[in-house]
Amino acid sequence: MQRTLRVTSYLAIALVIFFVVMAFLVNLTPLGENTWLRVFFSVSALNFTLRASVPLILGALCGILCERTGIINIGIEGMMLAGAFAAFVAKTSTNHWPLMPSLLFGVAIALLVGGLMGLLHAIFSIRYRMDQIISGTVLIILAGGVSAYLFDRNAVAQGKFGAIAIPGLSQIPVLGEVLFTNPPLTYTALILVVVIHIGLFYTRWGLRSRACGEHPRAADTVGVNVNRFRYMNTVLGGMLAGLAGGFLVLEAVGQFQEGMTAGRGFISLAAMIFGNWMPFGAMGAALLFGYTQALQNELLLAGVTTVPRQFVSMIPYVVTIVAVSGFVGRVRPPAAEGKVYETEGESE
Amino acid sequence: MSTSITPPVLEARNITKVFPGVIANEDVNLVLHKGEILALLGENGAGKSTLMNIIFGLYHPTHGEIFVNGKPVVMKSPRDAIALGIGMVHQHFQLVPVMTVTDNIMLGDESVKNGLLDRRAVAERIRALSRKYGLEVDPDAIVEDLPVGVRQRVEILKALYRNAKILILDEPTAVLTPQEIEGLFEVMETLRRQGESIIFITHKLKEVLRIADRIMVLRNGRVVGEADPRTATQQQLASMMVGREVILTVDKGPAHPGETVLEVEGLCATSDLGEPALRNISFQVRAGEILGVAGVQGNGQTELVEVITGLRRADAGHVRIKGVDMTNASPRRITHEGRSSHVPEDRHAYGMVDSYTVADNLVLNQYYLPPFAKGVTIQEAAIAAHARELVKKFDVRTPSIYTPGGSLSGGNQQKMVVAREFSRPIQLLIAAQPTRGIDVGSIEFIHNQIVAKRDEGVAVLLVSAELDEIMALSDRIAVMYKGEIIDVVDRADATREGLGLLMAGVKHEAVR
Amino acid sequence: MRLSVLRRIGYMVLIPILAVFSALLLGAIIMWIFGDDPLAAYRGLWTGAFGSPRAWSTTIRKMTPLILTGLSVAVAFKAGLFNIGASGQFLIGSVCSVAVGVNFEGLPAFVHLPLALLAGVAGGVLWGFIPGALKVFTGAHEVIVTIMLNYVASLFAAWTVYAGGTQGQTPGPLWDRTAGAISRTPEVFMSARLPWIVPEPYRIHWGVAIALLVALIMWWILFKTTLGFSTRTVGANSKAARYAGINVRWITILTMMIAGGLAGLAGAIETLGLNHRFAPEFTGGVGFQGITVALLGQTNPIGVVLAAFLLGALEAGAARMQFDSGVAADIIQVIQALVLAFVAAPLIIRQIYRIRKPSDQVETTVFSTGWGR
Ligand SMILES: Nc1ncnc2c1ncn2[C@@H]1O[C@H](COP(=O)(O)OP(=O)(O)O)[C@@H](O)[C@H]1O
Ligand SMILES: [Mg+2]
Repeated sequence: MQRTLRVTSYLAIALVIFFVVMAFLVNLTPLGENTWLRVFFSVSALNFTLRASVPLILGALCGILCERTGIINIGIEGMMLAGAFAAFVAKTSTNHWPLMPSLLFGVAIALLVGGLMGLLHAIFSIRYRMDQIISGTVLIILAGGVSAYLFDRNAVAQGKFGAIAIPGLSQIPVLGEVLFTNPPLTYTALILVVVIHIGLFYTRWGLRSRACGEHPRAADTVGVNVNRFRYMNTVLGGMLAGLAGGFLVLEAVGQFQEGMTAGRGFISLAAMIFGNWMPFGAMGAALLFGYTQALQNELLLAGVTTVPRQFVSMIPYVVTIVAVSGFVGRVRPPAAEGKVYETEGESE
Repeated sequence: MSTSITPPVLEARNITKVFPGVIANEDVNLVLHKGEILALLGENGAGKSTLMNIIFGLYHPTHGEIFVNGKPVVMKSPRDAIALGIGMVHQHFQLVPVMTVTDNIMLGDESVKNGLLDRRAVAERIRALSRKYGLEVDPDAIVEDLPVGVRQRVEILKALYRNAKILILDEPTAVLTPQEIEGLFEVMETLRRQGESIIFITHKLKEVLRIADRIMVLRNGRVVGEADPRTATQQQLASMMVGREVILTVDKGPAHPGETVLEVEGLCATSDLGEPALRNISFQVRAGEILGVAGVQGNGQTELVEVITGLRRADAGHVRIKGVDMTNASPRRITHEGRSSHVPEDRHAYGMVDSYTVADNLVLNQYYLPPFAKGVTIQEAAIAAHARELVKKFDVRTPSIYTPGGSLSGGNQQKMVVAREFSRPIQLLIAAQPTRGIDVGSIEFIHNQIVAKRDEGVAVLLVSAELDEIMALSDRIAVMYKGEIIDVVDRADATREGLGLLMAGVKHEAVR
Repeated sequence: MRLSVLRRIGYMVLIPILAVFSALLLGAIIMWIFGDDPLAAYRGLWTGAFGSPRAWSTTIRKMTPLILTGLSVAVAFKAGLFNIGASGQFLIGSVCSVAVGVNFEGLPAFVHLPLALLAGVAGGVLWGFIPGALKVFTGAHEVIVTIMLNYVASLFAAWTVYAGGTQGQTPGPLWDRTAGAISRTPEVFMSARLPWIVPEPYRIHWGVAIALLVALIMWWILFKTTLGFSTRTVGANSKAARYAGINVRWITILTMMIAGGLAGLAGAIETLGLNHRFAPEFTGGVGFQGITVALLGQTNPIGVVLAAFLLGALEAGAARMQFDSGVAADIIQVIQALVLAFVAAPLIIRQIYRIRKPSDQVETTVFSTGWGR
């Protein structure tokens, strides 16, 4: 367990160094003339990776918050979609406002609706003891149905978040372009990884949350209100998934399309597992998945037709399957996830 | 003890607790004085844990009141009980396995500095408490790496860390060796000297007489009386506990062992956590004898049974039944070709399917054999007839054979499992914790059935954490310690003390 | 003595009925909130589903694949597996059956049609085998694997019929050369088509009979055979199943294969009976609906048929509803989600209608115990 963890972190660090070096070489030296190297390491590929990873990071953080307290969440996809749709509706109905307030309003509504979806999931799974995987499925179908039912196909959202260059840092060659010239929600997602990591492992809230996910009765016997934590964290998680949806509409695409989350919620889930329920691990996994999407994009842009584009598009999904198959035995999910907790439930 | 001038530290009046279908406590009154050890005695299911969970605020009484230091209190959750100075060490430890001792102890009562957990300060306090009460632990250890005895210390420290003045210990001795039990008693005496009041729960009579200042006996959820440990005898307490005269020993004649049926040789296996669970185990069980396997829980007994029954892989060594190699054979082959039966230690996990009817549960491992199946089709009539017969023969109390097994009481579920496993012609019986958590009536019944099997010439491997059960039933006793059989002794030569030392890993020729 | 059994069965029938009723009611409230007229909508829905022989035939047509995908999900549920992958298995089944259907000209129908159907089943079986085997051998949770395989299947299906691109990408192997820029397959040969029971304009094909027969067979297997006993035991308590000598790994793989085969058959029947070709816009939506059907049918094959009928009617009436009342047909998906919610949480229904659970009802939930092994 511990050893695998250490090995993976070393591997991750090595990978990061490799990419940084290659990125410098490809983007600053004549190596960049090679098509394949450009596909793999160009600034645009790395930028795309980050952009594709943001919703995955947020979705995985959502999963971590829920599952660390013991609530399985396969509804991330639905929460994300609901957040995206909410952001879109909020944005289109405030098109006449100045851009920034209108966008921020969109973010707020995405958070709100995502949180409400989280609340619904919590109510279903805690209060009504619905199987949590089915509750997640309900959320997915519901979000798809409601967003399609209410979608005004003529509405157009005007404007989206633009990149903010961080003074100084953004001047660093290559890295500045990739890491420090991004729109606000991207920065937010990266900061949230750190915040949630600290929160989970170094604060009272985190200690109690994790106890609820590992051994709820132990938490209960020392006066921790297990279900309150589960409600709270599922709602918080829902907000993060909603933010991921908001990112898609307000920062990445600029518009809403039916089913626009396209499995990102599910891939987030895989990133969470792959990352062993750790924020940094999940971020690493999300970047990996994001990178496969970037590759797919770069291959299309480079006009590589030797592989049919549908097969290229399969990469992220296939990688997810491989990752989940290869890693599940080696990661350790929270022990009590998926199980209803009732104080007087079990006779001990 | 104390006089009536100062109010008792704890008083429960007229406590009644009703669960769906069960009255777990009925009109229970309890008084605890400062600085005394009150023993609460009662058999499994008597309602002891329920009563304590009520006092600890985990369950809410249907009726009744609780007074702490003479003042009425209402406890909504354990938080309130903790605030009132009540601490409880639960029958099943309430520790988060993946967390450190420090995290476990501070959980719910964290020290925070600048918004972050102050683990160092907490660890310091734990060390101080450890010294004060002689409860040695390493605050940085991960709980799942600790042996049970140490985990229990962590639990006690958890209560003391919260300044508990009233300490409830729910069956703390069940998981300890006799020597560890003695150690625990010493800690309890230290605590008593320092003014703590303790409620000590057990169903073992000797312990009560050894440590208690006062004894209260619970039966079927009611208080049936109090006793003074200085004058009470084990027989008296036993009949109070059970409600009738009990035979403390099982009636059985001498064994007439025949040929070897089960032979285990050099067996090694790994636990779920990937650690060696069995190290080079060898023994034999002969027809017509009961080999008891004693040991503190978690010393490899579970894995031993699993390997023999095909539920876990053996890494090395051999299992033979009547000379036929059954190492790593499928459970089905071991059951049928090996003509063996297995009463599993965890009946809910392995022995039955809660949602299946009693009838289906009674054919759980024979459903595909005639007469229950003809070709691929299930023969419902045959299954029903079989069920009717067994329910009657083994006195399984169920409204109908179509009632889901999960809705029966624990004792009847176990009788159902026993009925299934004892009713077919076998040469080998493997019974793991066959009477855990069931009432005395059912225990007697099952004990007699096991002896009857032996007398029919079946080889019996009995694994039990209850030393009394082992002593009462076995013809020979093997003791397991850290995955090894540390010794095998004849029943006639075995003493509790000797076995206790073996269970603690102390092998000494004098034991024999 | 059998009374308690009857009471349990009554309870299992009552919950789905009330769930559907409540979902329709809540759906009406939602429509009303957003300014639609629920009465007009439901009138249109009813007309579209049962208002005429044509409507009935549409309902039956929509019901057919739902029976099979519902069975697919239900069978997996019985073994404690959650097959979210019916839509992918459906797509693979469609593609495989079309591949046979558009080839082998001149084969007699009694060979060609069964072969095409079988190809669909085989494709589904393979698509079910993958998650089953991965679960058994690596511990990968079938929920995630089947979801991912859905995406892979739809991309794969899209590729087979791909018309090629402007940049000179090669077209897919099943592409209809006469279709120009349109991505689709040619029509399958007559010899590979399921014949009509009731011909145009009603267009009811023999697929519905196959589906009903398969439901009956599945019921028999699940409740009357030793294989069914083994499967249900694995689902209800896999440890007890191991103890009872059942080969849990094999049952897991086999069940996923059967589940995949059922969904694949649904795809084959849809293409060979109704569409006669495959195009990317034929999605595996019925696969996802299979989840609702399975749970609404209480995972019992007979219940699944009834549930499929109900959902088929909703689907059949949706177009008419939108036409008559102007309410977007997507509300049907909302209603289906609500149905699913209510059947999956009987507690909600019990609380609303104050129904008592039979005292000896043991409810088993199975798969939400984490992503590990
Ligand atoms: N949470 C519960 N729900 C239903 N019945 C319970 C529950 N807890 C205990 N019981 C029942 O109450 C009775 C007393 O149990 P318990 O207090 O655990 O006994 P003891 O600790 O004396 O062995 C038993 O019949 C048990 O089955
Ligand atoms: Mg107890």
